[in-house]
Amino acid sequence: MAELDQQVQEAKAALDAQAVEIVKWHFSPETGCPFWLDWAKEAGWNPAEEITCFDDIIAKFPHFQDEWLRDKQPEVWVPQEFKGQPFNIFETGGTTGMPKQRIGWNDYKVDYSEFSDTLDDEAFPKNHYWLMVGPTGPRRLRLAIEHLANVRGCSCYFVDLDPRWVKRLISEKQFDQAKAYMEHVVDQATTIMKHREVSALFTTPKLLESIAERCEAEGGSLYESGVRGVFCGGTTMDPQYTRFLCEELLENKIGFVPTYGNTLMGLAKHKPLTAEDKYSITYYAPQPRAVLRVVNPDTDEPVDYEEWGRVELTTLTKEFFMPRFLERDEAIRRAPIDTYPWDGVAEVRPFGALTKKIVEGVY
Amino acid sequence: MLNIPVLRWGEPYESLETDEVIHHRTGEVLAKVGQANPGLLARDMRKADRARELLREIPIKDLIEMMKKAGDLYLNATLPLGDGEQTPDDFARQQSASTGLPEHMCKFNMEKNHFVLNNMDQIFDALTRGLDLEILERGFGVEERGVPVSYQAQSPVLGMVLPSNSPGVHTLWMPVIPMQIGLVLKPGPQEPWTPYRMFAAFTEAGVPKEAIGIYPGGPDMGAETVARCGRVMIFGSTQTVKNYAGNEQVQVHGPGYSKILLGDDVVDQWEGYIDLMADSIYKNSGRGCINCSGVWASRHTEEIAAAIAEKVGGYEVKDPTDPEAGLAAFTVPNQAEAIWGMIEEGCEENGTTHVTAKHGDRLVQMERCDYIRPTILHCDSPDRKMANTEYMFPFTTVVECPQEQMIDKIGGTLVASAITNDEAWARQLTDATNIDRLNIGAIPTIALNWLQPHEGSIVDFLFNARAYQTSDERLKRLCNGG
Repeated sequence: MAELDQQVQEAKAALDAQAVEIVKWHFSPETGCPFWLDWAKEAGWNPAEEITCFDDIIAKFPHFQDEWLRDKQPEVWVPQEFKGQPFNIFETGGTTGMPKQRIGWNDYKVDYSEFSDTLDDEAFPKNHYWLMVGPTGPRRLRLAIEHLANVRGCSCYFVDLDPRWVKRLISEKQFDQAKAYMEHVVDQATTIMKHREVSALFTTPKLLESIAERCEAEGGSLYESGVRGVFCGGTTMDPQYTRFLCEELLENKIGFVPTYGNTLMGLAKHKPLTAEDKYSITYYAPQPRAVLRVVNPDTDEPVDYEEWGRVELTTLTKEFFMPRFLERDEAIRRAPIDTYPWDGVAEVRPFGALTKKIVEGVY
Repeated sequence: MLNIPVLRWGEPYESLETDEVIHHRTGEVLAKVGQANPGLLARDMRKADRARELLREIPIKDLIEMMKKAGDLYLNATLPLGDGEQTPDDFARQQSASTGLPEHMCKFNMEKNHFVLNNMDQIFDALTRGLDLEILERGFGVEERGVPVSYQAQSPVLGMVLPSNSPGVHTLWMPVIPMQIGLVLKPGPQEPWTPYRMFAAFTEAGVPKEAIGIYPGGPDMGAETVARCGRVMIFGSTQTVKNYAGNEQVQVHGPGYSKILLGDDVVDQWEGYIDLMADSIYKNSGRGCINCSGVWASRHTEEIAAAIAEKVGGYEVKDPTDPEAGLAAFTVPNQAEAIWGMIEEGCEENGTTHVTAKHGDRLVQMERCDYIRPTILHCDSPDRKMANTEYMFPFTTVVECPQEQMIDKIGGTLVASAITNDEAWARQLTDATNIDRLNIGAIPTIALNWLQPHEGSIVDFLFNARAYQTSDERLKRLCNGG
């Protein structure tokens, strides 16, 4: 316990250092980006001088507004250091209207390179082939997965799924069309799996179910089709559902790596599942580059451990600074662990999932 | 408190997600029911054929005997339930506590289910129109009159998306197992009791447990049941009925809009039918689709409404354990208030009158549940907004309507009790396709003859009568003339 406390203190110190460095970077004329420099002028205080630790960010910055990522042109987010370098433009969600956009250069590679070190070589063999079935298009995930595969000496096949179209179909109650579209995606995925060697699959839970069902309808299974490891993310995975995936679809033979990530944060890693956890998945942000807090939506204060609250994200990299963004998710706050000595978020689901109908669809 | 698992073809499965079944008055947690995720059913349906195969190994006549035995067990025995057991009294208490139905009505429903199970041979004979049971078993044969016939099962299992608020509906699926068709039951969140107790009684009576699955869960589980089972029976609103209109895989049981129609030849003697009307409206808490929600006549309607109101308007809310309790609680938060709001809004229309108003407030709100006392409205025309409405408590609109317009204006009607001796009108009523169950004469809407089909024959729903031609020699050899 004392050792964990020590680790927690060290992680906190690293986070404080990162907070100071990144805020200085974005709010200094020689390195910062136009958006934050202008913001500081209007705010009437100088974050570059006044932020001395991460808690200062929480205390002094308001919640980041997602409209800023919709309304502003991308160049306002370019730090001086990156000026003149073409950037990737990644988009989040978005069903109708202008989506949120985040620009970047190398950030997307960093989390995923680090993530590779946590993977089991048996489930995710090196120098082999992967298949990603999910949202590609303008999403960071597509490049990130390919990078992750490449880091492990693998190449990746892709089957696209447009979540905006699926959400629209479901919102308009065109369930037949949504089902037909999912079948279309599954057709493509299983065709690749039949004709090519694929050992790792990256997909959403619903698509995983459908792909497994198709394999079984054709007399096989995911395991028999060669899959040895599965990454799954994108929608809610409560403990029962996670257990179902592990026991029934993956037959406890295929490695299962749940993921929680997005364009604004990067990739959170999960605490390896154990029987004691009863399949409750806990994710840990890629701290100190990003910080997840679980807060009471009325007070903005962190909830107690094992309590539900809204997920708040702060991103702290030289490419992007985003303080206190309220995600559209809620989660249980979990305590630090040896591997990740900072707060975790568990059983993530859409914010207000218990009180309103959320369209998640196949994505 | 009981822990009740998902049953996957009879095998208990301890889900990590549970739903609490709560006592509507005390808040006591009666049970924690394991919740299935839709994927479980999707996978289990791969073994649906096995359910029917196992049942086909047992002759129908033996399955009918098992139903009789199961009926007795259901009514009288202490049976296993989850991690505990349940006496018949426990069952009535628990069902009353979670659904809001008075205990004595739960016991009455037990008698009703018992009656159906115990008379399965006669019910079966009526439903199949006297078909030789071996023909149904084999799939083909020759009727006594010498005509070859064939009945093909359309699905190895029947899916049932069951409601929470009306334990009476369970009689509808009792004949399914003896038809050698398996069951996939998705219980209503507040009424897991009957499906689990029936499962225990059926299996103790000898039905293979692998023939029955019980998958409690949320709306997504209901949708999965509909999507996965070749034949499904569901219960829902008018909108649900519309959603599945024309879908031959789905039999939807919606609101009944059951009515009493007084013919011009008897309407002047209306006073003689007030007791029949009151019984049709009020009995069994007025919650069923066969309870009367409209009394239609061409004249005397204001007096009729006042007389019914006098008869039922004074009924008070009583404790569910009181043998005199006649009203069921609304256990879903805010539901009663919303319904009462709709009724009040409807009464704002000119020509619509709330006749029970003088008998005191109707909406009774409690800490964890609400009630609405019997409510009678009068509409001076069938075109009034409230003229054709139904709610799940004793509620009726007395509507003034010329007899010659009645058939058109009543709309879809599950049970029509037409009190008349006018044979010309009776012929028109017999031909009216908007009426399902037709009673001609002074018969309460709630008086069911169990030998008659309810909203279509379940045999016709589960089996397709089709042509089957083969050589006489083969027919004789395989059917032994039967």
